[in-house]
Amino acid sequence: MAEKILMKGNEAIAISAIRNGADGYFGYPITPQSEVMETLMKERPWLTTGMVVLQAESETSSINMVYGGACCGKKVMTSSSSPGISLMCEGISYLAGAELPCVVVNCQRGGPGLGTIQASQSDYNQCVKGGGHGDYNAIVLAPASAQDMYDHVDLGFDLAFKYRTPVIILADGIIGQMMEKVELREEKPRMTAEQIREIAPWATTGKPKDRQYNVITSLAMESDVHEKFNQKLGAKYAQIRENEVRYETYMADDAEYIFVAFGCSSRICEAVVDILREEGIKAGLLRPVTLFPFPTVKLAELSEKVKSMMSIELNMGQMVDDVRLAVNGKCPVGFYGRQGGNIFTPEEIVAEFKKFNNLK
Amino acid sequence: MKEEIIIAGFGGQGVLSMGKILAYCAIMQDMEVTWMPSYGPEMRGGTANVCVIISDKKISSPIVTKYDTVIALNQQSLDKFEASVKPGGLLIYDPNGINNPPTRTDIKICRIDAINVAAQVGNSKVYNMAVMGAFLKMKPIISFENIDKGLAKCIPARYADLISLNKAAIEEGMNAVEEI
Repeated sequence: MAEKILMKGNEAIAISAIRNGADGYFGYPITPQSEVMETLMKERPWLTTGMVVLQAESETSSINMVYGGACCGKKVMTSSSSPGISLMCEGISYLAGAELPCVVVNCQRGGPGLGTIQASQSDYNQCVKGGGHGDYNAIVLAPASAQDMYDHVDLGFDLAFKYRTPVIILADGIIGQMMEKVELREEKPRMTAEQIREIAPWATTGKPKDRQYNVITSLAMESDVHEKFNQKLGAKYAQIRENEVRYETYMADDAEYIFVAFGCSSRICEAVVDILREEGIKAGLLRPVTLFPFPTVKLAELSEKVKSMMSIELNMGQMVDDVRLAVNGKCPVGFYGRQGGNIFTPEEIVAEFKKFNNLK
Repeated sequence: MKEEIIIAGFGGQGVLSMGKILAYCAIMQDMEVTWMPSYGPEMRGGTANVCVIISDKKISSPIVTKYDTVIALNQQSLDKFEASVKPGGLLIYDPNGINNPPTRTDIKICRIDAINVAAQVGNSKVYNMAVMGAFLKMKPIISFENIDKGLAKCIPARYADLISLNKAAIEEGMNAVEEI
């Protein structure tokens, strides 16, 4: 068995980037994700794998450095927390428009504005529904443990290159700050120039004699050209919805009541399910691992056989809209949330659940 | 087995690192752990706390509000967390600087004069290991062998000479803890 190391979620992101052959990290510090760059600076991967680690002068700069690296077919990434992600949204839209792969980590804190440095899940709409302008979606992964943080970096790069799209790892202050056991998977070396030409033939790696030069742009001034491009992106997102939905369930098979929760909230809901099961109430949990694509089909299937569903989030109610769309009126959908860095206790959720379902 | 612990005190007392060492010792015993620090405004005010959960099963919620064990190393922490010990649970505190000692009668209360233990061992930096010794005496959930392994994991090789000092502090902490 591989060695298990105790580390923070943020540290796991950094170590995973190095071990999975990332070529570059560009970032700017912000609580609660600063350990990502701190760990990279401590590990000094430029001396071992050759990975570049650079502190930019701002988040706007970081995301545009990511754009530049991604144009060359490199595995590049950045990380920030909510206000910093807002600054990056223009860049993420350009990356989506230019069909460039990259990984962006958002270790969420409370907002709007400067908000609070405590954990939150209030960037669901920002990251899942766009954030930047235009008709695009980024693939959004929602880690719920330090191990997920480690694994989602590798998965994120795989998906980013497979679909030529930005991938957002939507973590939060708890998952970023908490230490847990992490198993270090087998290392992947950085891609060679030949591998990049093979995997990313679209990249600007220098023009050989046997093909035209590659152009990377998100600009298309002609309406018909741009419409075709929008439709091409739409087809890509449809393919992602078809192939890349990931979720986990806990006690959901015979459940009469389903909780829907992602990230750290899903951990707390597991404890809720345990409490209710002990009382003889058949509760279960669906944890979306991908927020885009959303597990719509699975929720629709569950809605046919349960009495109700409840979305549990550290915000004022964002994912609950997608749950309602998936359920389409087949069963009642409730919501409970906490804000401002306050975290719900399992007992508190149990009480809200009973209130919603008129149970004693 | 599931043990939910909060360790709270002043910044510099080694609260976070004690939590980390305890977590590593538990990993050596093949248990699941979570370590969740305070990183918010309360930390900027000079107090620090960390919640460590040790379990033989997968840990669901990393955040709890009632603890099997509260370790309070200053008055503020004692005031804040005494009420959150589960009935029948354990409260360990360092009497130095405590004007208002704990008053609950439905829990087990222990004192560890860890400043004195650290002074006897000869290095104030092992203060937190004296406290950890007190905890492990009252809740012997980790074997001596795995404590050794956990320490070795946490202390960088260049400070290997400090391992024996830390072990001495743990052992002295075990001897010095007194149940009230």
